[in-house]
Amino acid sequence: MEAFLHQVFAGIASGGIYASVALALVMIYQSTHHINFAQGEMAMFSTFIAWWLMNSGMPYWAAFFLTIAVSFAGGLLIQRLILKPVEKAPVLTNVIVFIGLLVIFNSVAGWVFDHTIKPFPTPFPKGSFIETKWFSAHEIGTIVVMLCVLAALFGFLRYTPVGLAMRAAAQNPESARLVGIRVSWMLGIGWGLAAAIGAVAGMMVAPIVFLEPNMMSGILLYGFAAALLGGIDNPWGAVVGGFIVGVLENILGAYVIGTELKLTVALVLIVVTLTLRPNGLFGKAVVTRV
Amino acid sequence: MPDLLDVKGLRASYGATQVLFDIDFRLAQGEITAILGANGAGKTTTLRAICQAVKTGGSVMFDGRQLVGKSTESVVRMGVAQVPDGRGTFTALSVEENLKLGAYVRKDRAGIAQDIEKAYERFPRLRERRHQQAGTLSGGEQQMLAISRALMLRPRLLLLDEPSFGLAPLIVAEIFRIMRRINEEEKVSMLLVEQNANIALDVAHHAYLLETGRIAVSGPSEQIKNDETIRRVYLGH
Repeated sequence: MEAFLHQVFAGIASGGIYASVALALVMIYQSTHHINFAQGEMAMFSTFIAWWLMNSGMPYWAAFFLTIAVSFAGGLLIQRLILKPVEKAPVLTNVIVFIGLLVIFNSVAGWVFDHTIKPFPTPFPKGSFIETKWFSAHEIGTIVVMLCVLAALFGFLRYTPVGLAMRAAAQNPESARLVGIRVSWMLGIGWGLAAAIGAVAGMMVAPIVFLEPNMMSGILLYGFAAALLGGIDNPWGAVVGGFIVGVLENILGAYVIGTELKLTVALVLIVVTLTLRPNGLFGKAVVTRV
Repeated sequence: MPDLLDVKGLRASYGATQVLFDIDFRLAQGEITAILGANGAGKTTTLRAICQAVKTGGSVMFDGRQLVGKSTESVVRMGVAQVPDGRGTFTALSVEENLKLGAYVRKDRAGIAQDIEKAYERFPRLRERRHQQAGTLSGGEQQMLAISRALMLRPRLLLLDEPSFGLAPLIVAEIFRIMRRINEEEKVSMLLVEQNANIALDVAHHAYLLETGRIAVSGPSEQIKNDETIRRVYLGH
């Protein structure tokens, strides 16, 4: 029983990470109806930046926040320079751009930082005071950090004028322009936020999976599964989906199919969701009149 | 009074299809001008052309400044608000959030709060529903919200696209009464596009008749209203 509970709690911790990756995907999907396949590699690259900053002697939290800021700026720049020119292009064009970004980030990370696996520090080391019987310090720290990220994001979208403008732009870009909102910049800010959220997820997951250019490929799949399960257009759904996927993955991995096949859980979830409930648990069915 | 809006040789097209052909019209400061015409005459496109939401040629001078070539957002920031075709409500946001968005480009928080209050006084129904999702409002309430949202900009020019569309006659009358009051009391100039010629000619000072992308007739509303030939040929009664 104790071991089982521990699996559940570990699942909740990784669920927090999947939830934020899913949330980053939803942020971009809501405003552009595109799935950013490069989300994981962007997060990985951000984590390398954090690693480099710490290696040059910066304390953990300073590097943490600086990485978030740099990632935000990077995401914004990517949208402005690379995605804006194809804003009106067909979906496939965008997909190709995303895959291009994925390959570029992956290769550049390997080229600059090399492919050897690197340990990444956690700010919540073993034996620190937040450790409990059920949660390791890093697990509980991850959950707290992720909840802070989610709270900050929802607060921003809900209570600030820019957040309101972003929601308006995502919902009805034409009307948003008619009240003077610069819609294209809102997409840019959305990209920045998604990159920043991804960076946090990357820095939280790196101590577990170790830092290397392919570290996010599995995580991104879980993120996809979470986003689809919750409903790709629903941020709350993405969060709930993240925790469900995290717990399911851990329990099935420990008791049913073994750790080698864990990733299959994500793939099966994606297929099952798309077949049985394409709008996810909380997504809205979109009805279009023809 | 100098012209607030001076449109010369306005052309607009969707892709290869040209919809407006060298349209000229003017709107004097403080007046209401109506553009009338049947379905497909190019009324909505005229409004979209003024705020640069469609590919445009020719000249649109607003208060001495050229609008052609600017972005929609910049035109709005110069004080041109629009009540678009289909009302353009942010349906998933609350009534109050819709109003706040109308004032998005303004920075004076106190003034914004004051104007929200004013909107509620003008349309008490909106106050009752302030926290409700805008999509749950009735058609008339959504139109009231659309007009209130546009006014939140404190616009110098208000573009209205068929405010009577799909509404019951009583509600149409109420909305037009309030539009006239806004024009008289707050000196907001309006460019009104309507299919409902009678009600539009009642409220407008000048009117233009648009026929397949060209101006067919223009003149003071009184004159157009009383001209037998125009009524028979263009207004169909």
